[in-house]
Amino acid sequence: MTNGWIDIKNTDMMLIMGGNPAENHPCGFKWAMEAKRNRNAKLISVDPRFTRTSATADLFLQIRAGTDIAFLGGVIHYALENNRIAKDYLVNYTNAAFIVKEGFKLPEDGLYSGFDSQSGKYDLSTWNYEGTGGSGGEAGTAGHAPEAIPGKVGGATPPPHLPPNVNYDLTLQHPRCVFQLLKQQYSRYTPETVERITGIPKDQYLKAVDLFTSVRKDGDMKKVATIIYAVGWTQHTFGTQIIRTAAMLQLLLGNVGRAGGGVNALRGHSNIQGATDMAGLFDSLPGYLKAPTPADADLAAFLKRTTPTASKPNEWDSFNYYSNTPKFMVSLLKAMYGPAATKDNGFAFDYLPKVDRDYSWTHIWDDMYNGKIKGMMAFGMNGVMIGPDTNKNINALKKTDWLVVGEIYPDETSEFWRAPGISAEEQKTINTTVYRLPCAGFAEKDGSMTNSARWVTWKFAAVPPPGDARLDQDIVAQIFLRVRDLYKKEGGKFPDPILNLTWNYADSAHPALSQIAMELNGKALAELKDEKTGQVIKAGQQLPGFAWLKDDGTTMCGNWIYSGMWTEAGPQIQRRGTDDPSGLGIFPNWSWSWPANRRVLYNRASCDPAGKPWDPERKQVWWNEAQQTWAGNDVPDFKPDSNPKDHMGPFIMNPEGVGRLFAPIGVIADGPFPEHYEPIESPIKNPLHPNQSNNPLVKKFNTPFDKFGSPEDYSIVCTTYRLTEQYHYWTKNNAMNVQLIPEPFVEIPVELAQEKGIRGAEPIKVISARGTYIAKAFVTKRLKPMMIDGKKVYQIGLPIHQGFRGITEDAGRDARTPANLLTPAVADPNAHTPETKGFLVKVEKA
Amino acid sequence: MDTTRRDFFKTATIGAAAATIFGFDLQPAYAQLKELKIARAKETRSTCPYCAVGCGVLIYTIGDGAKNVTPQVIHVEGDPDHPTNRGTLCPKGSSLEQDMLNPRRLTKPQVRRPGATDWQDISWDDALSEIAQWTKKTRDATFIEKDAKGNTVNRCEGISFIGGCTDTNEFNYLVVKTMRSMGLVYMENQARV
Amino acid sequence: MSQASTEIVRISGHAGSVPGAGLNREFTVCKLVDTTTCIGCKACEVACLEWNGYTFTETTFDNSYQTMPETAWNYWNLIKFNEYENEDGNLMLLMRKDQCMHCADPGCLAACPADAAIVQYANGIVDFQEANCIGCGYCMTGCPFNIPKFSPTARKVFKCTLCNDRVSQGLEPACIKTCPTGCLHFGTKAEMKELAETRAKQLRDHSGYRNAGVYDPSGVGGTHVIYVLHDATNPEAYGGLPKNPQVPLMVRLWKHPLKWIGNFGMIFGVVGVFIHYLRFGPKIVKEDEQHGDAA
Repeated sequence: MTNGWIDIKNTDMMLIMGGNPAENHPCGFKWAMEAKRNRNAKLISVDPRFTRTSATADLFLQIRAGTDIAFLGGVIHYALENNRIAKDYLVNYTNAAFIVKEGFKLPEDGLYSGFDSQSGKYDLSTWNYEGTGGSGGEAGTAGHAPEAIPGKVGGATPPPHLPPNVNYDLTLQHPRCVFQLLKQQYSRYTPETVERITGIPKDQYLKAVDLFTSVRKDGDMKKVATIIYAVGWTQHTFGTQIIRTAAMLQLLLGNVGRAGGGVNALRGHSNIQGATDMAGLFDSLPGYLKAPTPADADLAAFLKRTTPTASKPNEWDSFNYYSNTPKFMVSLLKAMYGPAATKDNGFAFDYLPKVDRDYSWTHIWDDMYNGKIKGMMAFGMNGVMIGPDTNKNINALKKTDWLVVGEIYPDETSEFWRAPGISAEEQKTINTTVYRLPCAGFAEKDGSMTNSARWVTWKFAAVPPPGDARLDQDIVAQIFLRVRDLYKKEGGKFPDPILNLTWNYADSAHPALSQIAMELNGKALAELKDEKTGQVIKAGQQLPGFAWLKDDGTTMCGNWIYSGMWTEAGPQIQRRGTDDPSGLGIFPNWSWSWPANRRVLYNRASCDPAGKPWDPERKQVWWNEAQQTWAGNDVPDFKPDSNPKDHMGPFIMNPEGVGRLFAPIGVIADGPFPEHYEPIESPIKNPLHPNQSNNPLVKKFNTPFDKFGSPEDYSIVCTTYRLTEQYHYWTKNNAMNVQLIPEPFVEIPVELAQEKGIRGAEPIKVISARGTYIAKAFVTKRLKPMMIDGKKVYQIGLPIHQGFRGITEDAGRDARTPANLLTPAVADPNAHTPETKGFLVKVEKA
Repeated sequence: MDTTRRDFFKTATIGAAAATIFGFDLQPAYAQLKELKIARAKETRSTCPYCAVGCGVLIYTIGDGAKNVTPQVIHVEGDPDHPTNRGTLCPKGSSLEQDMLNPRRLTKPQVRRPGATDWQDISWDDALSEIAQWTKKTRDATFIEKDAKGNTVNRCEGISFIGGCTDTNEFNYLVVKTMRSMGLVYMENQARV
Repeated sequence: MSQASTEIVRISGHAGSVPGAGLNREFTVCKLVDTTTCIGCKACEVACLEWNGYTFTETTFDNSYQTMPETAWNYWNLIKFNEYENEDGNLMLLMRKDQCMHCADPGCLAACPADAAIVQYANGIVDFQEANCIGCGYCMTGCPFNIPKFSPTARKVFKCTLCNDRVSQGLEPACIKTCPTGCLHFGTKAEMKELAETRAKQLRDHSGYRNAGVYDPSGVGGTHVIYVLHDATNPEAYGGLPKNPQVPLMVRLWKHPLKWIGNFGMIFGVVGVFIHYLRFGPKIVKEDEQHGDAA
């Protein structure tokens, strides 16, 4: 979330789409209700089905799953046509005025300029700003420079660079300025086209669009709208681009950085934000540092590739905060390898594995199926159930030598070898050794978790783990220490990183999480002095924050964005101050949020270019002329002494300093502007460009399990979701939750039920090209048949919570078919998230 | 409101009068008020493990922590001080007591041997030793020091680690530290899906 | 509530003021259920079970999110769901928390023949005292909301206690405290009534629900659980909330002689007071009246 849960109460308008917070984040949704109760805020719910969020909405629109870019592109079109935009914000805080290189082509035929149909990749040279200064490699690269990973951009060719001085036109009239290109791009997204694609009748659509953009009626800048989404947007083969469209719309309306505004991703799980921050993902290192690639010959080369230089109009200023990348990276290497990380060996840069291709989730299972991966450790992660394509994942696991599962309940992944359909005879042929280790539940361990609002909060252990169960960190530590002992004793392949990993925890086999938290925060390894203030930090002391990090090895820090969480003043993440002086729900003294305890990101943009809040009623930060500094109720997300007349951009993490309506040089792999593509399985050809129906960068795998259905055989659009009563694959072990939703069901429209002669609560089969799911029919008026490009299309939905281990399952009251055996293993080319929303099925009586 | 109050008062008066005549005594009824079950419990502040709202929860345990006493969970409810949830919890958070006291919890290490059709128990020591041996054996067999072009890559492609969604930041960092140092690149998390 | 019940009103043979008088505010409690912000999450159902120590009930899926058709002896709090097309043709998913209404004129209490099996506290809570329950089930006949339920194993009748153990210690009832969206409120009847009317007006003025209103049925003397409804003219749509709930006539008849005798007793009491007044002066009668006004 750019903002936070409580901040939703400050909004005037909510567009909730690709998310169902009433059901999946009920306690956060209270703030949406507060906005309705206290500010008469409006709520627009757009969803494939009428959910319990829709039940509280002022307007509900039923959308075909996977057509969100068409919907949002249409909103951009409407806002531009009707002048419902934030002109000053747009000119000063976005790249609307930047001029794009000659030769850049919009995807009228579904493809941007530079597509090579042979390799299936884009040449990115025209996806750039026109500008001057610097030359070639000397110019440096962008903050999110593309990586050498297939599916993103070409591996061998060096990525293009952003020009240091960008040409621009503040009148926004230049035919190649971003604003004009944006206008042109979405001129095709008329209400009529949106209706053909999304199935939302034009009059309903216009009503919703008029309501949403009404916050910028008559040039008013006081009102604020928020966009709230969740995995309904991410789980598509164009998920990143849906979110980008929302971000662009919010920039266009001047809603980013403001109380009650923003683009708010509702993360699904209690510490999924923290897991992302800590880089439990193949392509990043803690704090969103890039994973090294083989082309990075040494640390210097890596830093050169990943450290951006500013790219902006000559007269403007850009903080370009990622220019500090070397400090963050060296401090991380010092945290990991301590004394073994020296200046001479590039701070042990070579200890880190280098990635040159896609090792993401769907690739794990494909490569495992193809025999590459021999062993797997799964801690609190039920990979069989999560899918996609459960059957493929089960068959992949059959080929492994060993599997370690750390869990608190018996789960499907640890019992893949006796999944339904695998006979005792077949079990004898499965040679995987499976270890199932009993772990600790949440109440049995301490440690910090980071919520969707980036609040890092410590929790305390209340009870010991049951029986012989052990703390998760102890198990990983004990495995690691035993591996280290083996390398000490026997030697082996490149043992250096294992032998030199810092492990100075007081009790090495039971590392205290408080010590690890202090390592994450970072400390001084030599005496540090701030020349400006004269403040001194002695060697061994905890750092006050990431501003103190150094690239010379005199600081260590496990995750730079978490620096400040556990300082010399103690654990900031344990703070419990309930004061909220501004009344905006900032709660500056409650726990701690990254970065630097800021609660709303980009909050400089809550002020006009002169540094005055757009809305004096909702003052977050402001420029204090007398003291020549930025001050505020929140921590300013900005260079504190940057005078507004210097025109530094508020989006300090971009080398441009401004928000990107146009995403240059392939930072988004599939195009500088989002374009509507159909889901991989779709009932129609893309009405915008039937010859390029899908995202051209999406990769399909080749195992026998990777089958796709055509609309002739599978005519129904299906989407998956979660229910408020259950939590993923966890609460099916909890009787209280099981009784609320005792059995799996499939929500189907009344009309489809009548057509098929299906009665409510009758068992039915949902069949995709990959498998058959059996559950009871939930015949409902909350899903209606839709007209898609002149064709009647049914849409159905099913929750994912039941599997083959659980209270109901063990009692034989369930067909024991995991929902994800229906879903295809195809993923978004940017975020690598699989497309589990919007695939094709057919329905039969069971 | 006035009507209601008057009606209520009248009803109460009538009831009381009737009680007098029939010799009812309401004192025993008062005595039967249930004791507040958390009256002598200890409060521990925790965070709900489910969604990313991160609600503050209070875990109520009984047992004073003396050396022969194991704390017992008797109740969980929302932390009223927490600014986000202000004491509220959803249907999953409200059932957390049952998550802790659940008879389905795994309580001992188990192993399923190749070709076996069931689990067997294994000691922690044996399990950890075997896992360490598998890890080393697989790493040594699949480790790549240089790619085809001679670039240093130092990666292990034979092992994958997948992590869950409710592990702490500190655990996740420990995993990144240990697994990256073993050269793992097939590292993914619930955060992806 | 136990505070209220132990509050001293009068002390015999005591000179001067009553200790604690004016320090305890006696009030009636009330739950407000705003169905327009209910998300049917059932947190209240679970919180009720957890707090009261009831566990697993086997349920079956019945083409609805609703946990079971109606409340049970060990399931006191149930969200009722209804997919409803309103007069404008718009689909609504109506969700209403069903539970004991804690009527000011409780039909269950009127019908109950057992000594002290049902009590009504000064704060409005109607509570079943299971120890005294004889399991006759008359209360079930007396209730216009179909709330008291018979347990075949315990052979007694059970229902919501309005968490009197919590309320007496200054805590909110379990269902109220847990409610994620704040659609459940708790306070004095006066406060809740005011809040409900304000919300209903907001719904009429800003959300286009022209029939939005408050449900506090007078047929049972008003209730200590009140609702805000999008359409107060059609409470039946909310999982069968009766439009004009009444204590059944049979129960009234059965209670009528008692009432009469009670009135007689009251008159007798007033006469006694009058004699007392003649004998000792006006002081006590005045205090009695003041107390009545403050109630």
